[in-house]
Order: sequence, then structure tokens, then C-alpha cells
Amino acid sequence: MRQYILQRLLIAIPTVFGVTVLIFLAMRVIPGDPLQTIYTESTGAYILSEEELAEVRASLGLDKPLWQQYLSWMGQVFRGEMGYSFWTKDPISQMILRRGPISAQIAIFAVVLSWLFGVPIGLLSAWFRNSWADQVSRAGITIFLAVPSFWLGLLIILFTVLVLTWRPPLTIIQFWEDPGANFAIVALPSITLGLGLGAATARMARSAALEALFDDYVRTARAKGLGNSLIIWRHVFKNAMLPVITSTGLALGGLLGGTVSVEKAFAVPGLGSLMVQGMQERDWMMIQNLVLVYGLIYVFVNLLVDLSYGLLDPRIRYS
Amino acid sequence: MQATPNPAFRPLTDIGRWERLWNAVRRFRTVSTLGSVALVAWILLFVIAIAAPILSPYPPNEADYSAVRQGPSVTHLLGTDNLGRDILSRIIHGARITLLVSVTSVFLGDAIGFVWGVISGFLGRRFDLFSQRVIDILMSFPSLILALMLLVVLGAGIETVIVAIASTQIPAATRITRSVVLSVREAMYVEAARSIGVNNLRLMVRHVAPQVAAPILVVATLHLGGAIFAESALSFLGLGIPPPAPSWGNMLGGVTAAAFKPPWWLVVFPGLAITLTIMAANLFGDALRDFLDPKLRQRID
Repeated sequence: MRQYILQRLLIAIPTVFGVTVLIFLAMRVIPGDPLQTIYTESTGAYILSEEELAEVRASLGLDKPLWQQYLSWMGQVFRGEMGYSFWTKDPISQMILRRGPISAQIAIFAVVLSWLFGVPIGLLSAWFRNSWADQVSRAGITIFLAVPSFWLGLLIILFTVLVLTWRPPLTIIQFWEDPGANFAIVALPSITLGLGLGAATARMARSAALEALFDDYVRTARAKGLGNSLIIWRHVFKNAMLPVITSTGLALGGLLGGTVSVEKAFAVPGLGSLMVQGMQERDWMMIQNLVLVYGLIYVFVNLLVDLSYGLLDPRIRYS
Repeated sequence: MQATPNPAFRPLTDIGRWERLWNAVRRFRTVSTLGSVALVAWILLFVIAIAAPILSPYPPNEADYSAVRQGPSVTHLLGTDNLGRDILSRIIHGARITLLVSVTSVFLGDAIGFVWGVISGFLGRRFDLFSQRVIDILMSFPSLILALMLLVVLGAGIETVIVAIASTQIPAATRITRSVVLSVREAMYVEAARSIGVNNLRLMVRHVAPQVAAPILVVATLHLGGAIFAESALSFLGLGIPPPAPSWGNMLGGVTAAAFKPPWWLVVFPGLAITLTIMAANLFGDALRDFLDPKLRQRID
């Protein structure tokens, strides 16, 4: 197992390096001068004179050669500094620390919810295949796979505002400050994302369980007189889990993207809405660092998914 | 006596391309009812998009300040928005943007992925190793975030949205193409062709690539839903198609900005259009996959 972990970590290192290079190059090389995009935008706040532009450029270190800029950016990141927002002058690392937990909560709750919905529905649907319950759950899966998460969010808001005349608070309240209020912020976005993710999980759980149900070991278990619950629990469930984890792992990228749009739908002040705001204001250091944060989280989570395969399935560990 | 040939058993060469296509469509219809309904829905969408100026009761961007934010009524079947623009007309015209963006971006992204995957899988060695690392890096971004970053770099607009979404489709298309190519590369007929001196380019184009046609077609169809979602999400976030273009995502994005207590028809109808279109794309993709090759299910899922 240790060897497997080391091997996975070694593969992740060049990927992380590539991610930083790609972000860096995208932000500098393609648009020409990043400052130009801030200042010459007609909607932007003001247009600088040549001297002012040169001054700002020097203060941001943009007059140095590219490789030096890259190294100094990496140095900053390793020291945990991420520069300052161009407009508000707030330190970006502080903003990430303040807004990150809410987004993380939403994503984690969504995964947990998707498993709570998805796995039992998928298993039952496979066990009672072609019954009316199976038909209903399959129809539900088809629908929730198609519904865009941000629209589902808007519908839920519409419902709570118009029918329940209630709206979740719009500020940042951390869990350790006030758990109840924090839950009120996080609950609806998590449910929104959890439903879509749960549909994917249920679909995968159903097809994996169906495959397991017709496998030899299930027939053997049945032949030696094992009860239904034991068959489901010991044999079907266990064998269906690996594809389910795979499908969740594959869906995590969509989930991270989903948090961005769902945060906007619910007006949750999370990391995603910070990034979108940065993009609209062309707050270029902010974009660069937040995209990096999302990329790193995704690489890290994928690493965890890989490791969990190794933990659950010895065949993968030793291959 | 000469037997009259049974019309059902004509030699294949007698059957024209169109007839064969028509036969396939008929077979598809009998095999998958749901898939056929989805296909009809998509054809209908194309008709709506093409005939948008005839079908829509009002011009999509015409503001009418005497009829702002009205609920569904006889004059405005699906109501009006904050500027008094007719929602039904905007949804009908939005179908054009949805189709244009989703179909072109999927075509572009999967075509690049297809070519890249064939070359990478067939040549192997260093080029393949390098390609795989590049794909790894592209796959290390959640696709919506990759698209957002590209849009910031390229600027908002319909062409840039197409390029951004296409870029997010490339990695998956390349991976799947490559995996099929790897299994085909060692096949006997490829070996045979090589042994009579067929060069690499011809091997790839004539002998390997056609084997990947069915899988990539299915992948492309399954990507359609994702592309529609991506376009609407990007526009919803205000970084996709610039307003006032009547993109479905734009219509939803305007709602949150405009009102704390959004009128229900502004939320429900555009979202319904997105959902139904994505659902039709998904159902058709699933049915096409099962129809062309049930074995594909494992590889693509």
C-alpha cells in the first residue's frame, strides 16, 4: 500500500507543475499584457497614462522576464501568500480562508447527500428491477441528470421565497460561529447539488448492482441458502461500491464547477462567487490564484479517489 | 426457369447510401422508443431554430416599457421580462444560440480529440507519453472552471464560448479514441496491411480511424448535453454570451440580478427549455450507444 501511495503522489507532482504553468501562461501570454485588459476595457474604471502604466507594472513585477515572474509567483504560493486584490487591496489568501469553508461545506454535504440518496435508490432499483418503483426511480434519475444545478437552485429559492416567505441569510457565517445560521446558508445549495450528483450515483449503483446480482458468487451465496439481506449487504453492495466511487470521482469536477454556479444562484458568498466576481472585474491576480486553488483541490481530491480504490480493491494496489 | 429475386434479399451494392440510412433509422425506431422521441425533439428544435423569425410573435430584443414583467397572458404567452421583452420569442430565438454553440463546440472539440487520440494511440512512444501528460493537465481542471478561465483570456462572445467549451471536451474525446485505437492497433488486418507496405498515415486514416467512428459519434452525442449545460451556466454567470443576446442562460442570469423576489415565469420557462433539450440529448445519446454497440457502455461510462 505504501508503494502504491508513493507512486500516486509521484504522478501528481508533474501534473500540479503543469497546472501552474498552464494557468500562468494563459494569464500572461495569450491576452498580451494583463494590465491592458484591465485598463483599456471601456467599462473599466480608468485609463492610465503611459508612465502610470509602467509604474503599476513595475510595482506588480510585470516588467521582469516571464520565468522570474513565474518563480516569484510560485514562491508566494509556497509561502501561503497570494498577493492582493487589485481593486479592494485585500489579501487574497485571507479572502480564500474566509470564503473557502462555506464552499467546501457545500461540496462535501452534496457528496454525502448524493450517497445517502443515490446508493439505496440504485440498489433497490436493481433489486426490484422493472417494478413500478424501478420505473419511477429511473425516470427521476433521467430528469435530475438533465436539470442544470443552478436552475434547480433558482426553483428552490423561488419556492422558499414565494411559498415559505423565507430566504437564507446572505452573509458569511462560519460553522464555529453559529452552527444553526451556517446550516441555513449551506443546506439548500448542498441539496441542490446533491440531487444532481445523487442521480449519477444512483444510475451507476443500479447498473453495478445489476451486474453483481447475476454474478456467480451471488448465485453461490443463494444456493448455500444465504438470506436476501446478507446477499445484498455482503455481496452486491460491496461489489457495487467501486464503480460508484469511480462515478463520484468523475463527477467531482462537475461538482466543483457546479458550486460556482449554484453559489451565484443562491447568492452565497463562497469561493466560487469570489472567482466569478474577480473574472467580471478582471482582477487578474485573484483569477490566477483562485483558478489555481480550484485546480489544486481537484488534483488533490482525485488523488484521494485513487487512493481509496487502492484501499478498497487489492487488485488495483498490486497491479 | 429463372427464379424472380426476392426484393428483400437484394445484394448490398444495390442498396443506396440514403436507403441504408433510412433503414438504420427505421431499425433505431423499433429498438428504442425513448431515443426516437428524443431524436424527434431535437429535429423539432432545429426546425424552431431555423424558423425562429417566423415562429416568434415578437422580435426577441424589442423592449416594451408598457408591458414590463407581465405574467403569462394571451398577448404574451410566457410573460415578459424586466424590459417588457416577450419570453416566448426570446426562448425561440435562444434555440438558435443553444444549437449553434452546442453542436459546433462538440464537433470542434471531439474532432480535435479524435485526431489527437488516433495519432497518439497509433504512434505510441514519446508522442503518446507527452500527449497523455498534456491531457492529464487539461483534465486537472473542473471543466466549467477551465472554460471560465479561457473566457477571461479570450473575452466573452459566441465564438469564444464555442472555443472554450470545445477545449473542455478534448481530453475525454482523446482518451476514449486512444483506448479504442490501442486495441485496434494490434489487430490482424492492421498487421496485414502493414506487411504489404502500407504507410503509417494510410494505416491510420483507412484502417484504424474508421473503427473509432462509432464510439466517437456516441461520445459526441453524449457531450451535447454537457455543452448545452456549459453554455447556459457560463451565460448564467455573466461570462458567456454577452447580453442582450437571448441565450437561455442569459435569461436566467438576468433574473437574479434584477429582482430579489423573481417573477416565477422568468425562472421556470427558460430553465425548462434548457432541461428538456439536455434531456433529449442525453436520451438520444444513450439510445444511440446501445443501438450502435452495446459493448460501448462500459468503455464510455
